[in-house]
Amino acid sequence: MTMTVDELVENFEFFDDWEDRYAYVIDMGKKLAPMDAGDMVDANKVRGCMSQVWLVSALDQGASPPVLRFKADSDAFIVKGLIAILMELYDGQPPAYILDTDALEVMGRIGLQQHLSPNRRNGLVSMVDKIKTIAAQAA
Amino acid sequence: MTATAQIHDPIYDIDAIRADFPILAKEVHGKPVCFLDNGASAQKPRQVIDKIRWVYENEYANVHRGAYAFSENITAAYEAARETVRAYLNARSEKEIVFTGNATAAINLVAYSYGRGVLKAGDEIVISDMEHHSNIVPWQLVRDMTGVVLKVAPISDDGELVMDAYRALLTDRTKLVAMTHVSNVLGTVTPVEQIIAAAHDVGAKVLLDGSQAVMHLPVDVQALDVDFYVFTGHKLYGPTGIGVLYGKEEILNAMPPFMGGGDMIASVAYEGSTWADLPAKFEAGTPQIVQAIGLGAAIDYVSAIGLDAIARHEADLLSYATQRLSSIEGLRLIGTAAHKTAVLSFTLGDAHPHDVATIVDREGVCVRAGHHCAEPLMDRFGVPGTTRASMGLYNTRAEIDTLAMALEKVNRIFG
Repeated sequence: MTMTVDELVENFEFFDDWEDRYAYVIDMGKKLAPMDAGDMVDANKVRGCMSQVWLVSALDQGASPPVLRFKADSDAFIVKGLIAILMELYDGQPPAYILDTDALEVMGRIGLQQHLSPNRRNGLVSMVDKIKTIAAQAA
Repeated sequence: MTATAQIHDPIYDIDAIRADFPILAKEVHGKPVCFLDNGASAQKPRQVIDKIRWVYENEYANVHRGAYAFSENITAAYEAARETVRAYLNARSEKEIVFTGNATAAINLVAYSYGRGVLKAGDEIVISDMEHHSNIVPWQLVRDMTGVVLKVAPISDDGELVMDAYRALLTDRTKLVAMTHVSNVLGTVTPVEQIIAAAHDVGAKVLLDGSQAVMHLPVDVQALDVDFYVFTGHKLYGPTGIGVLYGKEEILNAMPPFMGGGDMIASVAYEGSTWADLPAKFEAGTPQIVQAIGLGAAIDYVSAIGLDAIARHEADLLSYATQRLSSIEGLRLIGTAAHKTAVLSFTLGDAHPHDVATIVDREGVCVRAGHHCAEPLMDRFGVPGTTRASMGLYNTRAEIDTLAMALEKVNRIFG
Protein backbone atom coordinates (compact mmCIF):
# COMPACT_ATOMS: atom_id res chain seq x y z
CA MET A 1 0.00 0.00 0.00
CA THR A 2 2.54 2.55 -1.03
CA MET A 3 1.06 3.98 -4.19
CA THR A 4 1.39 7.70 -4.61
CA VAL A 5 -1.60 9.66 -5.86
CA ASP A 6 0.08 10.00 -9.26
CA GLU A 7 0.70 6.26 -9.50
CA LEU A 8 -2.91 5.60 -8.60
CA VAL A 9 -4.10 7.99 -11.29
CA GLU A 10 -1.69 6.41 -13.82
CA ASN A 11 -3.12 2.96 -13.10
CA PHE A 12 -6.61 4.18 -13.87
CA GLU A 13 -5.56 5.99 -17.03
CA PHE A 14 -4.71 2.57 -18.40
CA PHE A 15 -8.44 1.74 -18.69
CA ASP A 16 -10.52 3.27 -21.42
CA ASP A 17 -13.89 1.81 -20.54
CA TRP A 18 -15.89 2.01 -17.36
CA GLU A 19 -16.28 -1.73 -16.99
CA ASP A 20 -12.53 -2.24 -16.67
CA ARG A 21 -12.30 0.71 -14.31
CA TYR A 22 -14.95 -0.79 -12.04
CA ALA A 23 -13.36 -4.22 -12.26
CA TYR A 24 -10.10 -2.68 -11.04
CA VAL A 25 -11.90 -0.87 -8.20
CA ILE A 26 -13.60 -4.11 -7.16
CA ASP A 27 -10.25 -5.92 -7.30
CA MET A 28 -8.69 -3.27 -5.06
CA GLY A 29 -11.55 -3.86 -2.63
CA LYS A 30 -10.89 -7.57 -2.58
CA LYS A 31 -7.25 -6.89 -1.67
CA LEU A 32 -8.16 -4.44 1.08
CA ALA A 33 -6.67 -5.47 4.43
CA PRO A 34 -9.49 -7.18 6.34
CA MET A 35 -11.12 -5.39 9.22
CA ASP A 36 -11.49 -7.24 12.54
CA ALA A 37 -15.02 -8.60 12.85
CA GLY A 38 -15.11 -7.06 16.33
CA ASP A 39 -14.65 -3.62 14.79
CA MET A 40 -17.59 -4.02 12.44
CA VAL A 41 -20.11 -2.80 14.99
CA ASP A 42 -22.67 -0.03 15.05
CA ALA A 43 -20.38 2.26 17.03
CA ASN A 44 -17.92 2.30 14.11
CA LYS A 45 -20.57 2.63 11.42
CA VAL A 46 -20.58 5.59 9.11
CA ARG A 47 -24.17 6.37 8.23
CA GLY A 48 -25.10 5.96 4.61
CA CYS A 49 -28.36 5.37 2.85
CA MET A 50 -27.53 2.43 0.61
CA SER A 51 -24.58 0.46 1.92
CA GLN A 52 -22.89 0.01 5.27
CA VAL A 53 -19.43 1.42 5.96
CA TRP A 54 -17.31 0.89 9.06
CA LEU A 55 -14.21 2.91 10.00
CA VAL A 56 -11.71 2.75 12.86
CA SER A 57 -8.58 4.86 13.34
CA ALA A 58 -5.53 5.07 15.56
CA LEU A 59 -2.82 7.70 15.88
CA ASP A 60 0.63 6.11 15.56
CA GLN A 61 2.83 8.26 17.84
CA GLY A 62 5.83 6.04 17.13
CA ALA A 63 6.16 7.43 13.61
CA SER A 64 7.88 10.73 12.97
CA PRO A 65 5.85 12.75 12.34
CA PRO A 66 2.93 10.85 13.93
CA VAL A 67 0.60 9.29 11.37
CA LEU A 68 -2.99 8.07 11.36
CA ARG A 69 -3.74 4.41 10.70
CA PHE A 70 -7.17 3.53 9.33
CA LYS A 71 -9.12 0.33 8.84
CA ALA A 72 -12.38 0.40 6.93
CA ASP A 73 -14.80 -1.96 5.24
CA SER A 74 -18.17 -2.08 3.50
CA ASP A 75 -20.74 -4.71 2.61
CA ALA A 76 -20.83 -3.46 -1.00
CA PHE A 77 -18.04 -4.45 -3.40
CA ILE A 78 -17.72 -1.14 -5.23
CA VAL A 79 -17.80 0.88 -2.03
CA LYS A 80 -15.12 -1.44 -0.59
CA GLY A 81 -12.98 -0.75 -3.65
CA LEU A 82 -13.46 2.98 -3.29
CA ILE A 83 -12.50 2.61 0.37
CA ALA A 84 -9.29 0.90 -0.80
CA ILE A 85 -8.56 3.98 -2.91
CA LEU A 86 -9.18 6.25 0.08
CA MET A 87 -6.88 4.03 2.14
CA GLU A 88 -4.15 4.51 -0.48
CA LEU A 89 -4.64 8.24 -0.04
CA TYR A 90 -4.93 8.55 3.71
CA ASP A 91 -3.78 5.46 5.60
CA GLY A 92 -0.42 5.95 7.31
CA GLN A 93 -0.29 9.66 6.52
CA PRO A 94 0.30 12.56 8.90
CA PRO A 95 -2.84 14.56 9.83
CA ALA A 96 -1.60 17.66 8.00
CA TYR A 97 -1.24 15.70 4.75
CA ILE A 98 -4.74 14.22 5.16
CA LEU A 99 -6.24 17.66 5.68
CA ASP A 100 -4.47 18.93 2.54
CA THR A 101 -5.46 16.03 0.29
CA ASP A 102 -8.79 16.43 -1.48
CA ALA A 103 -10.33 13.01 -2.12
CA LEU A 104 -12.94 14.45 -4.47
CA GLU A 105 -10.22 15.94 -6.65
CA VAL A 106 -8.38 12.60 -6.81
CA MET A 107 -11.60 10.71 -7.58
CA GLY A 108 -12.20 13.23 -10.36
CA ARG A 109 -8.79 12.45 -11.86
CA ILE A 110 -9.66 8.76 -12.00
CA GLY A 111 -13.20 9.29 -13.28
CA LEU A 112 -15.00 8.18 -10.14
CA GLN A 113 -16.01 11.58 -8.77
CA GLN A 114 -19.72 10.73 -8.96
CA HIS A 115 -19.28 8.51 -5.93
CA LEU A 116 -18.00 11.32 -3.77
CA SER A 117 -20.12 14.23 -4.89
CA PRO A 118 -21.35 15.93 -1.72
CA ASN A 119 -25.02 15.64 -2.67
CA ARG A 120 -24.87 11.86 -2.59
CA ARG A 121 -25.97 10.70 0.79
CA ASN A 122 -23.74 7.68 0.87
CA GLY A 123 -21.42 6.23 3.45
CA LEU A 124 -18.34 7.12 1.44
CA VAL A 125 -18.96 10.86 1.64
CA SER A 126 -19.55 10.51 5.38
CA MET A 127 -16.37 8.47 5.65
CA VAL A 128 -14.22 11.18 4.07
CA ASP A 129 -15.85 13.73 6.41
CA LYS A 130 -15.03 11.50 9.36
CA ILE A 131 -11.41 10.97 8.25
CA LYS A 132 -10.99 14.74 7.95
CA THR A 133 -12.52 15.29 11.40
CA ILE A 134 -10.18 12.69 12.93
CA ALA A 135 -7.21 14.33 11.19
CA ALA A 136 -8.26 17.79 12.41
CA GLN A 137 -8.48 16.50 15.98
CA ALA A 138 -5.06 14.85 15.72
CA ALA A 139 -3.35 17.82 14.04
CA MET B 1 -45.03 -20.20 -25.69
CA THR B 2 -42.02 -18.23 -24.63
CA ALA B 3 -42.61 -14.55 -24.10
CA THR B 4 -40.40 -12.25 -26.10
CA ALA B 5 -39.98 -8.53 -26.36
CA GLN B 6 -41.64 -8.45 -29.75
CA ILE B 7 -44.58 -10.83 -29.80
CA HIS B 8 -47.40 -9.58 -27.65
CA ASP B 9 -50.64 -7.74 -28.21
CA PRO B 10 -50.19 -4.05 -27.59
CA ILE B 11 -52.76 -2.81 -25.09
CA TYR B 12 -52.28 0.79 -26.09
CA ASP B 13 -50.01 2.77 -28.39
CA ILE B 14 -46.94 2.71 -26.19
CA ASP B 15 -44.88 4.85 -28.57
CA ALA B 16 -47.48 7.61 -28.44
CA ILE B 17 -47.61 7.34 -24.63
CA ARG B 18 -43.84 7.52 -24.35
CA ALA B 19 -43.79 10.58 -26.59
CA ASP B 20 -45.90 12.33 -23.93
CA PHE B 21 -43.00 12.06 -21.46
CA PRO B 22 -40.16 14.32 -22.65
CA ILE B 23 -37.63 12.89 -20.18
CA LEU B 24 -37.96 9.37 -21.62
CA ALA B 25 -36.10 10.57 -24.74
CA LYS B 26 -33.02 11.48 -22.68
CA GLU B 27 -29.78 9.56 -22.46
CA VAL B 28 -27.79 8.54 -19.39
CA HIS B 29 -24.07 7.72 -19.79
CA GLY B 30 -24.70 7.72 -23.55
CA LYS B 31 -27.49 5.12 -23.29
CA PRO B 32 -31.25 5.68 -23.67
CA VAL B 33 -32.70 6.14 -20.21
CA CYS B 34 -34.49 3.04 -18.96
CA PHE B 35 -36.55 4.37 -16.09
CA LEU B 36 -37.58 1.57 -13.74
CA ASP B 37 -37.82 3.49 -10.48
CA ASN B 38 -41.45 4.54 -10.72
CA GLY B 39 -42.12 3.32 -7.21
CA ALA B 40 -39.86 6.10 -5.94
CA SER B 41 -41.31 8.73 -8.25
CA ALA B 42 -42.85 8.63 -11.71
CA GLN B 43 -41.98 10.84 -14.66
CA LYS B 44 -44.38 13.56 -15.78
CA PRO B 45 -46.28 13.76 -19.07
CA ARG B 46 -46.22 16.95 -21.11
CA GLN B 47 -49.90 17.45 -20.19
CA VAL B 48 -48.93 17.91 -16.53
CA ILE B 49 -45.83 20.00 -17.23
CA ASP B 50 -47.74 22.22 -19.66
CA LYS B 51 -50.61 22.70 -17.22
CA ILE B 52 -48.27 23.84 -14.45
CA ARG B 53 -46.50 26.21 -16.80
CA TRP B 54 -49.83 27.51 -18.16
CA VAL B 55 -51.13 28.33 -14.68
CA TYR B 56 -47.99 30.23 -13.70
CA GLU B 57 -47.99 32.10 -17.01
CA ASN B 58 -51.69 32.87 -17.28
CA GLU B 59 -53.71 33.01 -14.10
CA TYR B 60 -51.56 32.60 -11.03
CA ALA B 61 -52.64 34.16 -7.71
CA ASN B 62 -53.49 32.96 -4.23
CA VAL B 63 -56.72 31.03 -3.72
CA HIS B 64 -59.77 31.72 -1.56
CA ARG B 65 -58.84 35.36 -1.05
CA GLY B 66 -59.05 37.86 -3.85
CA ALA B 67 -62.13 39.29 -5.51
CA TYR B 68 -60.21 39.71 -8.76
CA ALA B 69 -60.35 37.47 -11.78
CA PHE B 70 -56.98 35.71 -11.39
CA SER B 71 -57.78 34.67 -7.85
CA GLU B 72 -61.30 33.59 -8.72
CA ASN B 73 -60.06 31.58 -11.70
CA ILE B 74 -57.29 29.82 -9.84
CA THR B 75 -59.60 29.11 -6.90
CA ALA B 76 -61.95 27.47 -9.38
CA ALA B 77 -59.06 25.48 -10.87
CA TYR B 78 -57.82 24.41 -7.42
CA GLU B 79 -61.31 23.29 -6.38
CA ALA B 80 -61.79 21.59 -9.76
CA ALA B 81 -58.66 19.55 -8.99
CA ARG B 82 -60.27 18.54 -5.71
CA GLU B 83 -63.36 17.42 -7.62
CA THR B 84 -61.10 15.43 -9.98
CA VAL B 85 -59.55 13.65 -6.99
CA ARG B 86 -63.00 13.07 -5.47
CA ALA B 87 -64.20 11.44 -8.66
CA TYR B 88 -60.98 9.40 -8.97
CA LEU B 89 -61.54 7.89 -5.51
CA ASN B 90 -65.35 7.98 -5.81
CA ALA B 91 -65.65 9.85 -2.53
CA ARG B 92 -69.12 11.08 -1.61
CA SER B 93 -68.15 14.71 -1.27
CA GLU B 94 -65.24 17.01 -2.06
CA LYS B 95 -65.32 17.90 1.65
CA GLU B 96 -63.71 14.52 2.21
CA ILE B 97 -60.67 15.39 0.07
CA VAL B 98 -57.90 17.23 1.94
CA PHE B 99 -54.80 18.33 0.04
CA THR B 100 -51.51 17.80 1.87
CA GLY B 101 -47.83 18.01 0.93
CA ASN B 102 -47.49 14.28 0.34
CA ALA B 103 -48.76 10.94 1.67
CA THR B 104 -46.45 11.17 4.69
CA ALA B 105 -48.03 14.49 5.63
CA ALA B 106 -51.48 12.96 5.21
CA ILE B 107 -50.65 10.06 7.54
CA ASN B 108 -49.12 12.44 10.06
CA LEU B 109 -52.27 14.57 9.90
CA VAL B 110 -54.35 11.56 10.90
CA ALA B 111 -51.75 10.46 13.47
CA TYR B 112 -51.71 13.84 15.19
CA SER B 113 -55.36 14.83 14.85
CA TYR B 114 -57.10 11.46 15.19
CA GLY B 115 -54.30 9.73 17.07
CA ARG B 116 -53.72 12.42 19.68
CA GLY B 117 -57.20 13.87 19.61
CA VAL B 118 -59.27 10.70 19.80
CA LEU B 119 -57.11 7.73 20.92
CA LYS B 120 -56.31 7.03 24.56
CA ALA B 121 -53.74 4.98 26.48
CA GLY B 122 -54.45 1.28 26.08
CA ASP B 123 -56.10 1.69 22.67
CA GLU B 124 -54.47 -0.39 19.97
CA ILE B 125 -53.23 0.41 16.47
CA VAL B 126 -52.50 -2.45 14.06
CA ILE B 127 -50.05 -2.10 11.17
CA SER B 128 -48.42 -4.78 9.01
CA ASP B 129 -44.86 -6.05 8.65
CA MET B 130 -44.61 -4.54 5.16
CA GLU B 131 -45.21 -0.88 5.90
CA HIS B 132 -43.19 2.02 4.61
CA HIS B 133 -41.52 3.98 7.43
CA SER B 134 -44.16 6.65 6.76
CA ASN B 135 -46.81 4.26 8.06
CA ILE B 136 -44.75 3.12 11.05
CA VAL B 137 -43.03 6.13 12.57
CA PRO B 138 -46.09 8.44 12.87
CA TRP B 139 -47.82 5.72 14.92
CA GLN B 140 -44.72 5.26 17.08
CA LEU B 141 -44.86 8.99 17.81
CA VAL B 142 -48.55 8.64 18.71
CA ARG B 143 -47.70 5.66 20.91
CA ASP B 144 -44.99 7.59 22.72
CA MET B 145 -47.32 10.56 23.29
CA THR B 146 -50.54 8.77 24.23
CA GLY B 147 -49.62 5.30 25.45
CA VAL B 148 -51.52 3.46 22.70
CA VAL B 149 -50.24 0.00 21.82
CA LEU B 150 -48.77 -0.65 18.37
CA LYS B 151 -49.21 -4.18 16.99
CA VAL B 152 -47.68 -5.61 13.83
CA ALA B 153 -49.48 -8.15 11.65
CA PRO B 154 -47.05 -10.68 10.13
CA ILE B 155 -46.53 -11.53 6.46
CA SER B 156 -45.70 -14.83 4.78
CA ASP B 157 -42.49 -15.69 2.91
CA ASP B 158 -44.32 -14.78 -0.31
CA GLY B 159 -44.98 -11.34 1.08
CA GLU B 160 -48.68 -11.75 1.76
CA LEU B 161 -50.47 -10.59 4.87
CA VAL B 162 -51.21 -13.59 7.10
CA MET B 163 -54.94 -13.01 7.50
CA ASP B 164 -55.52 -15.38 10.43
CA ALA B 165 -52.74 -13.75 12.39
CA TYR B 166 -54.09 -10.31 11.47
CA ARG B 167 -57.59 -11.23 12.66
CA ALA B 168 -56.12 -12.63 15.87
CA LEU B 169 -54.57 -9.23 16.64
CA LEU B 170 -57.92 -7.45 16.47
CA THR B 171 -59.68 -6.88 19.78
CA ASP B 172 -62.27 -4.50 21.17
CA ARG B 173 -59.32 -2.27 22.08
CA THR B 174 -58.26 -1.98 18.42
CA LYS B 175 -59.17 1.53 17.34
CA LEU B 176 -57.22 1.87 14.12
CA VAL B 177 -55.75 -0.38 11.43
CA ALA B 178 -53.17 1.43 9.29
CA MET B 179 -52.03 -0.62 6.33
CA THR B 180 -50.56 -0.38 2.92
CA HIS B 181 -52.79 -1.05 -0.08
CA VAL B 182 -49.78 -2.04 -2.19
CA SER B 183 -46.34 -2.74 -0.71
CA ASN B 184 -43.66 -0.38 -2.03
CA VAL B 185 -41.01 -3.10 -1.79
CA LEU B 186 -42.90 -6.28 -2.67
CA GLY B 187 -45.69 -5.02 -4.89
CA THR B 188 -48.14 -7.10 -2.86
CA VAL B 189 -51.74 -5.95 -3.26
CA THR B 190 -53.23 -6.47 0.17
CA PRO B 191 -56.77 -7.93 0.57
CA VAL B 192 -58.19 -4.58 1.62
CA GLU B 193 -61.87 -5.62 1.56
CA GLN B 194 -61.18 -8.35 4.11
CA ILE B 195 -58.83 -6.15 6.14
CA ILE B 196 -61.49 -3.46 6.39
CA ALA B 197 -64.36 -5.84 7.13
CA ALA B 198 -62.43 -7.52 9.95
CA ALA B 199 -61.43 -4.17 11.43
CA HIS B 200 -64.96 -2.81 11.27
CA ASP B 201 -66.22 -5.97 12.98
CA VAL B 202 -64.33 -4.91 16.11
CA GLY B 203 -65.23 -1.25 15.68
CA ALA B 204 -61.81 -0.10 14.46
CA LYS B 205 -61.25 2.54 11.79
CA VAL B 206 -59.02 1.77 8.81
CA LEU B 207 -56.41 3.92 7.10
CA LEU B 208 -55.00 2.65 3.82
CA ASP B 209 -51.73 3.92 2.36
CA GLY B 210 -52.47 4.00 -1.35
CA SER B 211 -49.22 5.64 -2.45
CA GLN B 212 -48.27 2.58 -4.52
CA ALA B 213 -51.84 1.70 -5.51
CA VAL B 214 -53.63 4.62 -7.13
CA MET B 215 -51.50 4.54 -10.31
CA HIS B 216 -52.01 0.81 -10.82
CA LEU B 217 -55.59 -0.04 -9.89
CA PRO B 218 -58.98 1.65 -9.46
CA VAL B 219 -59.85 2.69 -5.91
CA ASP B 220 -63.45 3.22 -4.79
CA VAL B 221 -63.45 4.47 -1.21
CA GLN B 222 -67.23 4.07 -0.88
CA ALA B 223 -67.23 0.49 -2.12
CA LEU B 224 -64.30 -0.25 0.20
CA ASP B 225 -66.01 1.60 3.08
CA VAL B 226 -62.51 2.69 4.10
CA ASP B 227 -62.26 5.43 6.73
CA PHE B 228 -59.03 7.11 5.60
CA TYR B 229 -57.18 6.72 2.32
CA VAL B 230 -53.93 8.55 1.56
CA PHE B 231 -51.74 8.84 -1.51
CA THR B 232 -49.09 11.05 -3.02
CA GLY B 233 -49.23 12.84 -6.35
CA HIS B 234 -45.70 12.44 -7.64
CA LYS B 235 -45.92 8.67 -8.01
CA LEU B 236 -49.15 9.17 -9.99
CA TYR B 237 -47.35 11.10 -12.76
CA GLY B 238 -48.17 14.38 -11.00
CA PRO B 239 -45.86 16.98 -9.49
CA THR B 240 -44.02 16.68 -6.19
CA GLY B 241 -45.38 18.49 -3.16
CA ILE B 242 -48.95 17.28 -3.33
CA GLY B 243 -50.65 14.52 -1.40
CA VAL B 244 -54.23 13.59 -0.63
CA LEU B 245 -56.04 12.59 2.52
CA TYR B 246 -59.49 11.11 2.01
CA GLY B 247 -61.50 10.78 5.20
CA LYS B 248 -65.16 10.06 5.82
CA GLU B 249 -66.87 13.37 6.42
CA GLU B 250 -68.26 12.50 9.86
CA ILE B 251 -64.84 11.32 11.03
CA LEU B 252 -62.99 14.38 9.71
CA ASN B 253 -65.66 16.61 11.27
CA ALA B 254 -65.07 15.03 14.67
CA MET B 255 -61.29 15.46 14.46
CA PRO B 256 -59.53 18.55 15.88
CA PRO B 257 -57.44 20.68 13.52
CA PHE B 258 -53.87 19.54 12.98
CA MET B 259 -52.18 22.81 12.08
CA GLY B 260 -53.45 26.30 12.85
CA GLY B 261 -53.12 29.26 10.55
CA GLY B 262 -54.72 31.09 7.70
CA ASP B 263 -57.50 29.59 5.59
CA MET B 264 -58.49 27.02 8.24
CA ILE B 265 -60.51 29.35 10.48
CA ALA B 266 -64.07 30.59 10.56
CA SER B 267 -63.24 33.43 12.94
CA VAL B 268 -60.25 34.41 15.04
CA ALA B 269 -60.33 36.32 18.30
CA TYR B 270 -57.81 36.33 21.16
CA GLU B 271 -60.34 34.65 23.45
CA GLY B 272 -60.72 31.76 21.01
CA SER B 273 -61.11 30.91 17.37
CA THR B 274 -63.50 28.73 15.42
CA TRP B 275 -62.65 26.41 12.57
CA ALA B 276 -63.59 26.51 8.95
CA ASP B 277 -65.69 23.74 7.45
CA LEU B 278 -64.12 20.77 5.70
CA PRO B 279 -61.82 20.49 3.95
CA ALA B 280 -60.40 23.96 4.76
CA LYS B 281 -60.13 23.04 8.46
CA PHE B 282 -57.18 20.83 7.54
CA GLU B 283 -55.55 23.10 4.96
CA ALA B 284 -53.85 25.78 7.03
CA GLY B 285 -51.80 28.35 5.16
CA THR B 286 -51.49 28.87 1.43
CA PRO B 287 -52.05 25.42 0.03
CA GLN B 288 -50.17 23.52 -2.71
CA ILE B 289 -52.17 25.37 -5.34
CA VAL B 290 -50.35 24.65 -8.58
CA GLN B 291 -49.31 21.19 -7.41
CA ALA B 292 -52.95 20.28 -6.82
CA ILE B 293 -53.88 21.55 -10.28
CA GLY B 294 -50.96 19.55 -11.69
CA LEU B 295 -52.22 16.48 -9.88
CA GLY B 296 -55.64 17.04 -11.44
CA ALA B 297 -53.98 17.09 -14.87
CA ALA B 298 -52.13 13.86 -14.03
CA ILE B 299 -55.34 12.13 -12.99
CA ASP B 300 -57.01 13.34 -16.21
CA TYR B 301 -54.07 11.90 -18.15
CA VAL B 302 -54.20 8.51 -16.40
CA SER B 303 -58.00 8.38 -16.66
CA ALA B 304 -57.88 9.08 -20.40
CA ILE B 305 -55.67 6.01 -20.90
CA GLY B 306 -57.78 4.10 -18.41
CA LEU B 307 -56.66 2.29 -15.27
CA ASP B 308 -57.92 -1.01 -16.66
CA ALA B 309 -55.69 -0.68 -19.72
CA ILE B 310 -52.76 0.42 -17.56
CA ALA B 311 -53.29 -2.57 -15.25
CA ARG B 312 -53.32 -4.96 -18.21
CA HIS B 313 -50.19 -3.39 -19.71
CA GLU B 314 -48.38 -3.56 -16.37
CA ALA B 315 -49.53 -7.13 -15.72
CA ASP B 316 -47.91 -8.08 -19.02
CA LEU B 317 -44.70 -6.31 -17.97
CA LEU B 318 -44.79 -8.08 -14.60
CA SER B 319 -45.16 -11.56 -16.06
CA TYR B 320 -42.52 -10.89 -18.71
CA ALA B 321 -40.10 -9.40 -16.17
CA THR B 322 -40.69 -12.20 -13.65
CA GLN B 323 -39.89 -14.78 -16.31
CA ARG B 324 -36.91 -12.83 -17.68
CA LEU B 325 -35.32 -12.09 -14.31
CA SER B 326 -35.96 -15.57 -12.89
CA SER B 327 -33.61 -16.95 -15.55
CA ILE B 328 -30.70 -14.83 -14.28
CA GLU B 329 -28.24 -16.86 -12.25
CA GLY B 330 -28.19 -16.04 -8.56
CA LEU B 331 -31.22 -13.76 -8.70
CA ARG B 332 -33.66 -14.16 -5.80
CA LEU B 333 -37.01 -12.43 -6.03
CA ILE B 334 -38.28 -10.96 -2.78
CA GLY B 335 -42.06 -10.75 -2.91
CA THR B 336 -43.97 -13.33 -4.90
CA ALA B 337 -47.54 -12.64 -3.82
CA ALA B 338 -50.28 -14.03 -6.05
CA HIS B 339 -51.73 -10.55 -6.49
CA LYS B 340 -49.06 -7.92 -7.03
CA THR B 341 -48.25 -4.86 -9.08
CA ALA B 342 -45.35 -4.59 -11.52
CA VAL B 343 -42.64 -4.37 -8.86
CA LEU B 344 -39.65 -6.69 -8.71
CA SER B 345 -37.44 -6.59 -5.65
CA PHE B 346 -34.48 -8.90 -5.72
CA THR B 347 -31.01 -9.79 -4.53
CA LEU B 348 -28.34 -10.92 -6.96
CA GLY B 349 -25.61 -13.32 -5.84
CA ASP B 350 -23.05 -11.70 -3.56
CA ALA B 351 -23.41 -8.30 -5.16
CA HIS B 352 -24.80 -5.65 -2.82
CA PRO B 353 -27.86 -3.73 -4.10
CA HIS B 354 -25.65 -0.64 -4.17
CA ASP B 355 -23.24 -2.50 -6.49
CA VAL B 356 -26.09 -3.65 -8.71
CA ALA B 357 -27.60 -0.17 -9.03
CA THR B 358 -24.19 1.36 -9.74
CA ILE B 359 -23.43 -1.06 -12.58
CA VAL B 360 -26.87 -0.97 -14.22
CA ASP B 361 -26.79 2.84 -14.05
CA ARG B 362 -23.94 2.70 -16.58
CA GLU B 363 -26.42 1.02 -18.96
CA GLY B 364 -28.94 3.82 -18.44
CA VAL B 365 -31.07 1.71 -16.10
CA CYS B 366 -32.59 3.55 -13.12
CA VAL B 367 -33.50 1.24 -10.23
CA ARG B 368 -33.73 1.73 -6.51
CA ALA B 369 -31.24 0.10 -4.16
CA GLY B 370 -31.36 -0.10 -0.41
CA HIS B 371 -33.90 -0.65 2.32
CA HIS B 372 -36.68 1.30 0.55
CA CYS B 373 -37.69 3.03 3.78
CA ALA B 374 -38.84 -0.36 5.07
CA GLU B 375 -36.08 -1.61 7.39
CA PRO B 376 -38.35 -3.95 9.40
CA LEU B 377 -39.35 -5.64 6.13
CA MET B 378 -35.68 -6.09 5.15
CA ASP B 379 -35.11 -7.72 8.55
CA ARG B 380 -38.13 -9.97 7.90
CA PHE B 381 -36.45 -11.32 4.75
CA GLY B 382 -32.97 -11.32 6.26
CA VAL B 383 -31.42 -9.01 3.68
CA PRO B 384 -29.68 -5.65 4.19
CA GLY B 385 -31.51 -4.30 1.20
CA THR B 386 -32.77 -5.17 -2.25
CA THR B 387 -32.61 -3.81 -5.74
CA ARG B 388 -36.06 -2.83 -6.95
CA ALA B 389 -37.36 -2.38 -10.47
CA SER B 390 -40.80 -0.79 -10.45
CA MET B 391 -42.70 -0.37 -13.69
CA GLY B 392 -45.15 2.25 -14.84
CA LEU B 393 -47.58 2.81 -17.67
CA TYR B 394 -44.84 3.84 -20.14
CA ASN B 395 -42.40 0.98 -19.62
CA THR B 396 -41.83 -1.67 -22.28
CA ARG B 397 -40.71 -5.28 -22.60
CA ALA B 398 -37.62 -3.98 -24.38
CA GLU B 399 -36.71 -2.09 -21.21
CA ILE B 400 -37.04 -5.30 -19.21
CA ASP B 401 -34.56 -6.82 -21.69
CA THR B 402 -32.21 -3.88 -21.09
CA LEU B 403 -32.49 -4.48 -17.34
CA ALA B 404 -31.85 -8.21 -17.75
CA MET B 405 -28.84 -7.54 -19.97
CA ALA B 406 -27.46 -5.07 -17.40
CA LEU B 407 -27.96 -7.62 -14.61
CA GLU B 408 -26.08 -10.24 -16.63
CA LYS B 409 -23.25 -7.70 -16.79
CA VAL B 410 -23.39 -7.37 -13.00
CA ASN B 411 -22.98 -11.12 -12.79
CA ARG B 412 -19.98 -11.01 -15.16
CA ILE B 413 -18.32 -8.27 -13.11
CA PHE B 414 -18.93 -9.80 -9.70
CA GLY B 415 -19.05 -13.46 -10.70
